[in-house]
Amino acid sequence: MDILQQISDQIDLGDDEKVHELTTIAIEQKIPVKQILDEGLLLGMNIIGQKFKEHEIFLPEVLMAAKAMNAGMELIKPLLLSDDIPMKAKVVIGTVRGDLHDIGKNLVGVMLKGAGFEIIDLGNDVTPEKFIKTAKTEGAQFIGMSALLTTTMPVMKEVVDQIRKENLEGKIKTLIGGAAVSRSYAEDIGATAYCYDGSNAVEYLNSIV
Amino acid sequence: MRAVMDRIKQGEILVCDGAMGSLLMDRAKEQLQGTCPESINLSHPEIIEEIARLYIHAGADIIETNTFGGSPLKLGSYSLDDKTEEINRAAIMAAKKASNNEAYICASVGPSGKLLKPFGDTEPNEIYESFYRQINEIVDAGADMIMIETMTDLNEALLAVDATRDISSSIPVIASMTYESTPRGFFTIMGITIEAATKKIEDSGADIIGSNCGNGIEDLVLIAKEHKKHSNLPILIQANAGIPELKDGIPFYPETPEFMAEKCEELIAVGVSIIGGCCGTTPAHIKAIRNIVDLNR
Repeated sequence: MDILQQISDQIDLGDDEKVHELTTIAIEQKIPVKQILDEGLLLGMNIIGQKFKEHEIFLPEVLMAAKAMNAGMELIKPLLLSDDIPMKAKVVIGTVRGDLHDIGKNLVGVMLKGAGFEIIDLGNDVTPEKFIKTAKTEGAQFIGMSALLTTTMPVMKEVVDQIRKENLEGKIKTLIGGAAVSRSYAEDIGATAYCYDGSNAVEYLNSIV
Repeated sequence: MRAVMDRIKQGEILVCDGAMGSLLMDRAKEQLQGTCPESINLSHPEIIEEIARLYIHAGADIIETNTFGGSPLKLGSYSLDDKTEEINRAAIMAAKKASNNEAYICASVGPSGKLLKPFGDTEPNEIYESFYRQINEIVDAGADMIMIETMTDLNEALLAVDATRDISSSIPVIASMTYESTPRGFFTIMGITIEAATKKIEDSGADIIGSNCGNGIEDLVLIAKEHKKHSNLPILIQANAGIPELKDGIPFYPETPEFMAEKCEELIAVGVSIIGGCCGTTPAHIKAIRNIVDLNR
């Protein structure tokens, strides 16, 4: 079987040792790194994301898959750098000001980390200023905001508006999620994307990074 | 007051309180900046007392303490783990002052925020010890019952029940999980079914089983029915005031006090023993639930 397909299958099974082994072989076979990434590692993670979305599997399987994917990412990261392909992104995450619910946000953090992203977690009750300041000083390309309460969702708009005001739209993209949030709300306020859960955030970020 | 378990065993339905966070936010917006809700127990116990009074006034028999994130593992993310004892004790004291022996003090114990191995990096004994430290203080401070709630990992919930039972063999313990509706039925996000959870929780020595958060009242009626199928333990149900919707660009929780109270008739018919509210519910919701419960006496 095609080695990239095997990598994808082993991510699906959550076997980090196998993914490590197969990725090593793929690199030795001089398969382009970008291809290993897209057709092996990311493909596997996308399949997992899809299954999670359809409730075929649950968080444990996603977390194991994310770990397995990371085992491969560790190997190709240095090569991606030398190949001049951009590194995986840095994401500032937090629950917005006035909102104390962080269970969902924490899961998103765990899953993004597992998928090889650098996460700066600001906790809950985070002000718009803090989101933007941290993204600027850390050079993060993404701000991920969570809100569970209807009363706190408008804070997301404040962040989006402020980014626009400072002409940072191209540099900092906004992802929003949480029980209270919907795709139409993201469109309404002009956020870059709505992610309905952690695996969807991984899927989305992988698709654009 | 009579022992809470005696009343439940005799078939009485008790009313628990509603959401804490939103009321806290209205009153302590600035004080909460950059810290956790539990820190208010030390800085402004009078606010915690006031919220408890609002719910007692609305007719709650049971009030929950502001200790959801009071385990040292959770407080650690705000560098407050060394204040675990003070924070938990202050919450119980504020609730006691408000209740004046008119309501049961139920200490809330929420998830640690850590994931157990192999999915995360935390060992079971770390989570057990974290719960032990929190619950030991809560019991010592004089809570009437313990509510382990919003759990999605059954193993974590069981560790909290174990810790409670190792501290006290008699304090009533509620173990409440959060489920989501899927085309294949209800599961926690960790993939646990209601059947699996009820079996293990019964064996663990918990006194009351239940579900809170994640759903509006209609799904929680279905969840309550599923519990009744698999367990003989008394059931607690605390629904959200629905799942937030947008109206003219402004989000709101759709379930009114009247709507939730009406659906509570179904919870009563199923035989639920404790009914309260979770996210989005207010003293008005609890008052409406109180009325329905009284009408069904």
